[in-house]
Amino acid sequence: MRSKRFEVLGARPVNQDGYVTEWPEVGLIAVDAPADPKPSIKIENGVVVEMDGKKRADFDMLDIFIADYGIRLDNAEQVNAIDSLELAQRMVDFRVPRAEVVKLTTAMTPAKITEVVNKMTVLEMMMACTKMRSRLFPANQAHVTNVRDNPVQLAADAAEGSLRGFAEEETTVGIVRYAPFNAIAIMVGSQVGRPGILTQCAVEEATELELGMRGFTAYAETVSVYGTEQVFMDGDDTPWSKSFLASCYASRGLKMRFTSGTGSEVQMGFAEGKSMLYLEARCLYVAKGAGSQGIQNGSVSCVGVPAAVPGGIRAILAENLIAMSLDLECASSNDQSFTHSDLRRVARTLMQLVPGTDFICSGYSSTPNYDNMFAGSNWDAEDYDDWLIIQRDLKVDGGLVPVLEEDVVRVRNHAAKAIQAIFRELGLPEITDEEVEAATYAHGSEDMPKRNVVEDLKATDELMKRGITGVDLVTALDRSGFDDVATSVYNMLKQRVSGDYLHTSAILDDNFHVMSAVNYPNDYLGPKTGYQITDEKWDQLKNIPQAISPEEI
Amino acid sequence: MDEKTLRSIIEEVLGEFARNSAGGGVSTLPRPDEVPAFEATLTQATGDELVITEEGPAKKGLSPREVVIALSPAFGGAMTKTITGIPHAKVLREICAGIEEEGLSYRFIRSFRTADVGFIAHDAAEYSGSGIGIGIQSRGTTVIHQADLPPLSNLELFPQAPLIDLETFRAIGRNAAKYAKGEAPEPVPVRNDQMARPTYQAIAAVMHIKEVQLTDPNKKTQALRVEYR
Repeated sequence: MRSKRFEVLGARPVNQDGYVTEWPEVGLIAVDAPADPKPSIKIENGVVVEMDGKKRADFDMLDIFIADYGIRLDNAEQVNAIDSLELAQRMVDFRVPRAEVVKLTTAMTPAKITEVVNKMTVLEMMMACTKMRSRLFPANQAHVTNVRDNPVQLAADAAEGSLRGFAEEETTVGIVRYAPFNAIAIMVGSQVGRPGILTQCAVEEATELELGMRGFTAYAETVSVYGTEQVFMDGDDTPWSKSFLASCYASRGLKMRFTSGTGSEVQMGFAEGKSMLYLEARCLYVAKGAGSQGIQNGSVSCVGVPAAVPGGIRAILAENLIAMSLDLECASSNDQSFTHSDLRRVARTLMQLVPGTDFICSGYSSTPNYDNMFAGSNWDAEDYDDWLIIQRDLKVDGGLVPVLEEDVVRVRNHAAKAIQAIFRELGLPEITDEEVEAATYAHGSEDMPKRNVVEDLKATDELMKRGITGVDLVTALDRSGFDDVATSVYNMLKQRVSGDYLHTSAILDDNFHVMSAVNYPNDYLGPKTGYQITDEKWDQLKNIPQAISPEEI
Repeated sequence: MDEKTLRSIIEEVLGEFARNSAGGGVSTLPRPDEVPAFEATLTQATGDELVITEEGPAKKGLSPREVVIALSPAFGGAMTKTITGIPHAKVLREICAGIEEEGLSYRFIRSFRTADVGFIAHDAAEYSGSGIGIGIQSRGTTVIHQADLPPLSNLELFPQAPLIDLETFRAIGRNAAKYAKGEAPEPVPVRNDQMARPTYQAIAAVMHIKEVQLTDPNKKTQALRVEYR
């Protein structure tokens, strides 16, 4: 006979998740794999001759890249000689300024920084994150996708996302060939909700770069790096080829960050028996060495792997902390579904929401999860009010603000009409008034009429062949009377000329002014310092329409 | 092998089985040591078992009316089922049936240099006379590829292995054949389930690790003979 209690427990959402026991030999372990190297560094005539227990002659390509470009060598031997516990204390101690910690962390080896952060509890890591985040204040990023790659819905969801407070928006595709439409739709839609939103389209790297060069996106994020040589080679890549790609973006005045995360190496079967956190530390030094201003990390799409082993969610916070400690912008994941349990997904997000990161989610699904083409986010459109009320409960700024239904309807409609006009002006397949109406009030793609996919795909192909660029979009908007949207899209294109938004952790305000770690550095030094929620912001955050005013009773 | 041949083999095996059990020998009861073989015959008759034989290095096809299907190192060998337990034999039969529906032929190859489905599919496309190939991993992840696309791009990608059912595999075969004929088919509807990752990702990782352990960078892509039992 079965215990009724255990029957009930067995049916709980948390027990629909997959868990596995550790398998250290293949790297299925969050931290402290027996094969993880012990920290060490030896420098002769300005060249690293030994790192993390390995002689230079035995370095693989990642070791060489990290030793030559990823570590600040001027005080590396001294820093690495300091006891890891003492270094951990300095990272957590809010009286030690961020700038001083960065001098230490950027001089550490991958094994050293792994050992240092592994001295901390999650609470201590959160304290360290509060100080080590690069930008003074946190922000958030949205996913804008749908299962049918419907461009009208994409534009409307992007507009709503901007209105709700996201500073960056990211799309991807169900069908690769839709990419130009998706990129254009969210770029145009986002500017309707709030001018100055940065947008990207996550696709295969060459296409992603081309979309950016065309002016269809403002930044890129899906430049992936990995912690072992074999996984790099499986993608036909090296740290040098990734650096070249990074400089391609920089030379076109496009913001770019790398992506990495715990679990990717073991997921691909080439972890060399090393722990997920140690391999991720290697990725982060590669990102640093390649000159990237930032990284999206926190396991990202591999989250089901660390989440299945003991201490995995702690390791994810640790990798975010290492990223920001290397003075990188950190878009801290919280972007992929990893559990059936609402309790687990909130617990996982508090690690980044409470201290605040450059982008707490990267991203938060602006649609219901059935439309999320990143295979589901940890947060979706149906959680909007939960997120807002958690902000209100804890008095934290999670990057979102309460909105009114009428405002959402208005910006969705305006965005849908703007993309309709662009399609008409550029001779792309018609967007009907019925589609505009549906997108205005839609929750997801189930509420949208179907489009002729074959016609759309033919048109995306032609659009690329015709050499259409962002400038054509601006003229199309201008010709059809959408002066406001035309001006915003034009201002976004202008960012590429000045390039100011290539600085670390840059986002734009609604006047297209850059806010980055350069002009808004994090100066946290304990209570009442660093980022403080202003009275005005707090009024905005606490003012949710659901709350009943006592005077009304 | 088409379904008709398959059916005749099954009928033959079943017929043999019927004759044996009719008791041409001394006893009507099988000896105990015959029982497993007896059961195996029954299993084989379902066609759920694959027998895959390597036939030397794969050659580039010349026929524009073929689609090449490339299998990952463990597919139908070290592993026999997808992540949701669909027998690999059924997967291949559905893909092939889809290609046949469009009147095209198919060949099988196996990649050993990688377990990455993007590259496996690109291998298939490069070996294919039509330039269209299908790559498939043991856990079920499938890609339709075209030879002149970058390896990490694709025509159609089905990344969420737990969501691919037999009907989808058939549609994948059908669409690959249509691309090979120069048509622009409506892509197979993309499916999405945000709870596939929580349930399956760690298991997928373990399956992939085991698949990667079977890769061999020095072994050339092999032509395969595929039989169903």
